Amino acid sequence: MARSKEVLFNPILDNNPIALQVLGICSALAVTVSMANTLVMCAAVTAVTAFSSLFISMLRNYMPSSIRIIVQMTIIASLVIVVDQLLQAYAFAISKTLSVFVGLIITNCIVLGRAEGFAMQNPPGLSFLDGIGNGLGYSALLVTVALIREPLGAGTLMGYEILPTVNNGGWYVPNGLMLLAPSAFFIIGLLIWALRSWKREQVESADYEIADNIQYREAL
Amino acid sequence: MSQPKRDGIGNILLVAVAVCLVCSILVSGAAVALKPVQKANQVLDQKKNVLIAAGLLAEGATEDAAGRGVEALFADFETRVVDLRTGRYADDVDAQGFDQLRTAADPSRSTALATAEDPATIKRLEHYGLVYLKRDESGAIETAVLPIRGYGLWGTLYGYLALDNDLETVAGIGFYQHKETPGLGGEVENPRWKAQWAGVSLFGDDGAPAVALVKGKAPEGSDARSHQVDALSGATMTSRGVQNLVNFWVGERGYGTWLENLRGGRV
Repeated sequence: MARSKEVLFNPILDNNPIALQVLGICSALAVTVSMANTLVMCAAVTAVTAFSSLFISMLRNYMPSSIRIIVQMTIIASLVIVVDQLLQAYAFAISKTLSVFVGLIITNCIVLGRAEGFAMQNPPGLSFLDGIGNGLGYSALLVTVALIREPLGAGTLMGYEILPTVNNGGWYVPNGLMLLAPSAFFIIGLLIWALRSWKREQVESADYEIADNIQYREAL
Repeated sequence: MSQPKRDGIGNILLVAVAVCLVCSILVSGAAVALKPVQKANQVLDQKKNVLIAAGLLAEGATEDAAGRGVEALFADFETRVVDLRTGRYADDVDAQGFDQLRTAADPSRSTALATAEDPATIKRLEHYGLVYLKRDESGAIETAVLPIRGYGLWGTLYGYLALDNDLETVAGIGFYQHKETPGLGGEVENPRWKAQWAGVSLFGDDGAPAVALVKGKAPEGSDARSHQVDALSGATMTSRGVQNLVNFWVGERGYGTWLENLRGGRV
């Protein structure tokens, strides 16, 4: 029981797929301009990660190691297409802006990373929880980024005006940078900095040490 | 123990075939089962865009102030196909299910445009175009909505232009798909900017399209001002694109001939 709790909640702060493993950055930059899109994307990624982990874990004892990646990709791709079709059918307005990013969930490193790194070694139930946990970790970070980007960039949250912009007769001059992808890099960088200052064990040890400066004579 | 068997060629083929089979059934099942809902969504979305351009429906709303839904509002509109080359109705083409953008890509039903005659950068112009007409009690046209499209800065803007009953004055405009920069060119969606379009006069004294997106409009009451709309700040290319595409579609290559025929009572 303790194990499943750990698998479910660890990825949110202690082992966040974006902040610690630095996976799935691409979609984190692309969809966080608006909160509504972010929430749908988070739900889609969580569903795909959870179910792909479940199915891959169920098949793990039958999967030949020589073709395991392509089998995993086939399962992930099928799930993504189903999710995309469902969005087109039941959330048409959002699917028009998100469709291209939903398709790219196939190449989201979190999904394949959990399949290969966890589901291949663990039983289905635990793998399913691990998928949900990582989806929640991804969602937590994306929602935080969207919470900063949408109000500062457009003066709205979930489409409702919270900072009246100059264009609409208010006082707030929107920060155009927040609407562009690079701003998400800055925000994610700051969030990682904050998280690692709080939880110091997440700081990675340096890959190499820089040698002290030398006298130029030594070089000769 | 199970290792050699799992990696044997027989098992590889079995797993590959089984996974592909199950996944393809899942995917095609979902696609087929959801097709009707998706198709209905697209049709509804298109109707909604026509109504938004005509100013009958607010952005993001599903019904107007009187509580009439999209279907009820759209029922007032009559969909016709116009032969853009002759400016007459093409009644041999079925308006239901007519996909204007698809015919624009079909060489047998469209013409390639040279750069000089293609200010909106649409590359190919279809032979037939759709129009949505709302008539008043006497049967005269109250509002006409035309599909318009053209290149902005990053990509093609798709939208609708609604005309008043004189067929010379804009009733409203709306873009339902574009790739312009959010906050700059993306302000084509801004309701305050779109509101300026109502009442803009499309044609100059010589009868040619004369809409202009400008920085600093001409003085109140002047003739030039009646054709002017404020350009979008920080979006010169988008503004130029919008100006070109509106003038193109109400011009002689677009719906201009049909509008002229209509005003002259010839169709």
